[in-house]
Amino acid sequence: MTEQMTGAQALVRALEHVGVDTVFGIPGGAILPAYDPLYDSVKVRHVLVRHEQGAGHAAQGYAQATGKVGVCMATSGPGATNLVTPIADAYMDSVPLVAITGQVASGAIGTDAFQEADISGITMPITKHNFLITHADDIPRTILEAFHIASTGRPGPVLVDISKDALQATTTFPNWPPAMQLPGYRPVTRPHSKQIREAAKLIVESKRPVLYVGGGVHKAGAAPQLLEFAELTGIPVVTTLMARGTFPDSHPQHMGMPGMHGSVSAVGALQKSDLIIGLGVRFDDRVTGELSSFAPFAKVVHADIDPAEISKNRHADVPIVGDCKEVIAELVAAVRAEERKGDYAEWWNLLSGYKATYPLGYDEFEDGSLAPQYVMERLGAIVGPDALYTAGVGQHQMWAAQFIGYEKPGTFINSGGAGTMGFAVPAAMGAKMGRPDAVVWAIDGDGCFQMTNQELATCALEGVPIKVAVINNGNLGMVRQWQTLFYNERYSNTDLQTVRRIPDFVKLAEAYGCVGLRCERPEDVDATIKKAMEINDVPVVIDFVVHQDAMVWPMVAAGTSNDDIKYARDMAPVWDSEE
Amino acid sequence: MSRHTLSVLVENKPGVLARVAALFSRRGFNIDSLAVGPTEHADISRMTIVVNVEDLPLEQVTKQLNKLINVLKIVELDPAQSVLRELMLIKVRADAETRSNVLELVNLFRARCVDVASDAVTIEVTGTPDKLEAFVKLLEPFGIKELVQSGMVAIGRGARSITDRSLRALDRTA
Repeated sequence: MTEQMTGAQALVRALEHVGVDTVFGIPGGAILPAYDPLYDSVKVRHVLVRHEQGAGHAAQGYAQATGKVGVCMATSGPGATNLVTPIADAYMDSVPLVAITGQVASGAIGTDAFQEADISGITMPITKHNFLITHADDIPRTILEAFHIASTGRPGPVLVDISKDALQATTTFPNWPPAMQLPGYRPVTRPHSKQIREAAKLIVESKRPVLYVGGGVHKAGAAPQLLEFAELTGIPVVTTLMARGTFPDSHPQHMGMPGMHGSVSAVGALQKSDLIIGLGVRFDDRVTGELSSFAPFAKVVHADIDPAEISKNRHADVPIVGDCKEVIAELVAAVRAEERKGDYAEWWNLLSGYKATYPLGYDEFEDGSLAPQYVMERLGAIVGPDALYTAGVGQHQMWAAQFIGYEKPGTFINSGGAGTMGFAVPAAMGAKMGRPDAVVWAIDGDGCFQMTNQELATCALEGVPIKVAVINNGNLGMVRQWQTLFYNERYSNTDLQTVRRIPDFVKLAEAYGCVGLRCERPEDVDATIKKAMEINDVPVVIDFVVHQDAMVWPMVAAGTSNDDIKYARDMAPVWDSEE
Repeated sequence: MSRHTLSVLVENKPGVLARVAALFSRRGFNIDSLAVGPTEHADISRMTIVVNVEDLPLEQVTKQLNKLINVLKIVELDPAQSVLRELMLIKVRADAETRSNVLELVNLFRARCVDVASDAVTIEVTGTPDKLEAFVKLLEPFGIKELVQSGMVAIGRGARSITDRSLRALDRTA
């Protein structure tokens, strides 16, 4: 059964065995041996991108759209270092990613050889694990281990660095699967039953509970369990930036997104609660605001698959280590077994008041120019909840999180923890390749778009008809907003001067073989979006020219308390109407 | 702050020390001392790490270490139930006039003289940090020319071994 082959052939064979169908990458000297057998593979499609960062984000988009491990490939040195940003991004957002990099020949390692970089050393703090392979015999087992580590437990990026001589050497391909050698890796998925019972008791006894839902719930495939649990208990739900769509926005128990740009109802539900049930969350600073004043009256039940997240930022009264799907299913059973129900009527009174008094809103501009929030509203309404949306980072990302209605888990793919500008276009490409039947919209800012739009060439040539909505306010908008609020309107280096049409995004789109459209007036928004929806053979880019003074509200200023959230500029919500 | 002694069993693979050291530096944990060496099992190395942290950060240290794929097991050793030792080599000025005084201290501390020159002796001493500190203090008046010290190594008292179960885990995957 065993077969003689080169390390490179063994690599491609192993990738086929673990089920890889798409690899994003760029060849170069050290990885060249691997690209030769890759040329022959009928199972693995290699997508030649224009920049390795694009390969990494595309693999992330692919992974988040499919739930499978995303794969990217690059050569040694600069090829590998260009993957550092997407690897760091995947680490922060727990995206299963395997990055395969070529390395100089083992004898040359450490000599500062041409295109040598210590990529395993560089990525040590931003990978779940990484490997340096210098023997061809280790390639198949290591690939299996890398995919196992990336996809199980708390998902994350794994880098496999392979020296050129290991790719060229002859090896014997083992019977598949080879035995993994990971004695120190044992992720816990089954929650402790005592903690589950303890949590159930707190839930039925609490008066003001809230379900604080994060990215871990969808990653565990636990959206159906969450819906059942929420409806069984009647507890309000907030969904973080990483969890948009995991609980339907239209559901009456949904309070919105918490955090720095969360809705008043969601932030209020956390601040005023007496019990937070955190599911697949990490109490990120963008959600908690000033930690010492975060949810001061709340006890905390915290369930996560990563024990290190529990009590890292906020002490957990009931810590639950486990996979969210199993945790929530067991919570449902335990709450049923309690045979009593929590009384949350007063709590709902308060929260319904917040929701009715402080809905998400925005101002139109009197000069008839376009409000970016309106573009989002119309996009969500016309495109609908079955599409996948990706976003870059900044104002457009927040508006996309706020004003598009998400009804299905995993339909909003963005860079949350790392905040990587330029994520949207390559991630949309990867998502579209993973789910060719889905409509995929990249929502981007003019700043972000100029960081990674080279992948439009890849999209056009590989037949990946994504749609890009550039929310063009001519500025690094989020930074400009902070300069408006905190730096006395001193706009240091945030004006991109895109109003001068440098570049002209419509012409740029056309240069890349895409259709370019422009929309500058509210009355043209619907028609432009509909026109883009009708084009399905090539990518479409819409340049939405919007007013530069639009700001993202509500806002909890960095480092301040959630209690001091501003509903709009100089407008604070009234928390207790009876006072 | 308080000192905690962690025994960390790790796979004996290249780069593991770098991973542990990088983790401490990235997460902002301070290491007082770190010693690493082989164990009775060729595939397992053992690190003894002394950290100076409060209880809550200690929990984070342990959890983050546990996430490293090459880390097999972490045990915090209770100083009252463990043998803790550091090794120190000290070169002290000692001529014909002072040598006997120095050697008297060496005997009192159950240290050993490992090298003698006409105007200096080199002393080997092992013990707890407290003992070594006291010894150094008494030698100072003679003139310490050079001093080198190992990190702490530690082992629990009694018949139980912390390696047994980890060995079985290794055997399963072999």
